[in-house]
Amino acid sequence: MKADPKRVLTGAHYLDGDHAAAEGALAAGCTFVAGYPITPSTEVVERMAERFPRVGGVFIQMEDELGSMAAVVGAAWGGSKAMTVTSGPGFSLMMENIGLACMMEAPCVVVNVQRGGPSTGLPTLPGQADMMQAKWGSHGDYELIALSPNSPQECFWATIKAFNLSERFRVPVLVMMDECVGHMTEKVVIPEADQIELYPRRYTKLSPEEYLPFKTGKDLVPEMIKAGDGYKIHVTGLTHDERGYPVMTWEAQEKLVRRLIEKIRLFKDELVDVEEEQTDNADVVVVSYGISSRVSIPAIQKARKEGIKVGYLRLIIAWPFPEKKIYELAQKIKGFVVVEMNYGQMVLEVERATKGKTKTILVPHGGGWVHEPEDIYKAIKEAAK
Amino acid sequence: MSEVQLKKKKEELEEEHPMEHLLRMERMPHIWCPTCGIGTAVTAFLMALEKSQIPLKDTAIVSGIGCTGRVAGYVKLDSFHSTHGRAIPFATGLKLANPKLKVVVFSGDGDIIGIGGNHFLHAARRNMDLTVVCVNNFIYAMTGGQCAATTPITANTSTSPYGNFEQPFNLPYLAASCGAVYVARWTALDVRRLAKSLTEALQKKGFSFVEIICPCSTLYARRNRLGTGLDLMKFYHDNSVIKHGADLSELDIGFQSKIVVGKFIDRERPTFIEGVNQGLRGVLKEKFVEYGGPIDDD
Repeated sequence: MKADPKRVLTGAHYLDGDHAAAEGALAAGCTFVAGYPITPSTEVVERMAERFPRVGGVFIQMEDELGSMAAVVGAAWGGSKAMTVTSGPGFSLMMENIGLACMMEAPCVVVNVQRGGPSTGLPTLPGQADMMQAKWGSHGDYELIALSPNSPQECFWATIKAFNLSERFRVPVLVMMDECVGHMTEKVVIPEADQIELYPRRYTKLSPEEYLPFKTGKDLVPEMIKAGDGYKIHVTGLTHDERGYPVMTWEAQEKLVRRLIEKIRLFKDELVDVEEEQTDNADVVVVSYGISSRVSIPAIQKARKEGIKVGYLRLIIAWPFPEKKIYELAQKIKGFVVVEMNYGQMVLEVERATKGKTKTILVPHGGGWVHEPEDIYKAIKEAAK
Repeated sequence: MSEVQLKKKKEELEEEHPMEHLLRMERMPHIWCPTCGIGTAVTAFLMALEKSQIPLKDTAIVSGIGCTGRVAGYVKLDSFHSTHGRAIPFATGLKLANPKLKVVVFSGDGDIIGIGGNHFLHAARRNMDLTVVCVNNFIYAMTGGQCAATTPITANTSTSPYGNFEQPFNLPYLAASCGAVYVARWTALDVRRLAKSLTEALQKKGFSFVEIICPCSTLYARRNRLGTGLDLMKFYHDNSVIKHGADLSELDIGFQSKIVVGKFIDRERPTFIEGVNQGLRGVLKEKFVEYGGPIDDD
């Protein structure tokens, strides 16, 4: 299925990451956005509020982020491609209903333009410290997908990809931007609509008599309907069976939770999305994402000039984590350098994935400013020893 | 009982319940306690649903969490059992995604007014096109009888063991002051009046609100030594006063005080969708593209 030309702003533009994400959402067929103003993400909803009335779609400014996320789950079941946009404090408030989206298998997108935290932290300055919250923030056991673009151009594509993956897997997909990427302005080329492939909603062809809303085939993702189709389904946040009816037993819990986990884990290889450069013969591989990946480049160049074989690996999909990829490299290199704007989040995954085959050095940063390339360079030197 | 009598009794028992076609009978028996009023509230709602002649296919029901939060699970409509307090925003998303739907929120006082109070205020302010039915049993019942934002002063609950000393909300006053276009209150005893009121609420455009005062014998009545659910029904009979259009500020409910019931507000103002669409069309003229529902609607 191709994008609708009426919703695609084809051409070369000068946009910041927030605006580019908004255009990505429109191109992806988003028709519902609920949001609450929060720096540094507000530009996304501002653009949606301006653009929707000209292309068809509803923006509602909710009373808080609890309401925004709940409305998004409702809108998904109403038949919309739905999105909300926020930053740290709002992301915290959305956690409960991100869990609801996982449990109700509501396809939806959450953009988090990360800022410094904890709490109110640094509203106008960058952070990358919500990465573990993205994976583990809602209670209970579940799997979801998180992307991390590093340029306005990629914000456009990442948002489209987020919508497509949310439809394919029926999970909330998180676009984990950061303030730098959200607010930097660069050239963004938006192609013709026929160059944008969209994953359509997996509506069932079964009759109401045959259809069970949570029965799945081999890929463990159930087919969907929308409210008003005449199926009279029940959907609940409680543990449920294939009919969607609550069942309070450990057997039902095991069956459901296992499927919610496996529908992502069994397809992890399909979900590896990394940018790699010179990792083949590298002694050191720098692992980073978002703005930290761009700050790593001068450090990598400097080290290479000195003859150190440095590879570059950027996580575009951060969750599920590409552990196989990391393990393969771990067996060949002297060490990983992980650059992220926090005091150790994705580095824990890198360490886990290496299974002790190599060393891992973190270059941390508390947020509010980007890393000094010099600090990254020093870590590369250390790792190359 | 003779064989013949037994057979007759069995046939009687197997007779179809008049509301069966609107209920998920495969989920019976329900979880509610004997003499709980929620079942009566559901019956009145189903009577209203039939009377209002709204196409069932286009009707959705959303509940939050709690005893009344289980209503969505038993009604044979597209039904959603959302998170605690978030039934109204969930329903808002559902309605805006597919404006042809009639969306009903059916939940309890703790859910809609306690934890979800903020959403209630804003949905009423926006005149979001929702019918909100709030079963008020004065207590958090599902969790074992804790104090609520509706517990009358001096009433005993498990978290106010010496009595509640906080002022409870007056729900009709709250709803009306926030902009609801239809506001009524009935007790679970007033099934016919309640059903009539719910019919009007369902047929009303915009934010309609019906409060149902409901007995909780297991927790509220037992802790306060008020007898059983039946005794509470008797209490409603003797102590509820019908006063349509009553002064909203006088609708507070005290501990075992008189309960004023009736229809208090029935007025018109543009709904959220009407207001936004009219406003945008006025400004953007022919450039305005109205969203009418899911794009791939078949």
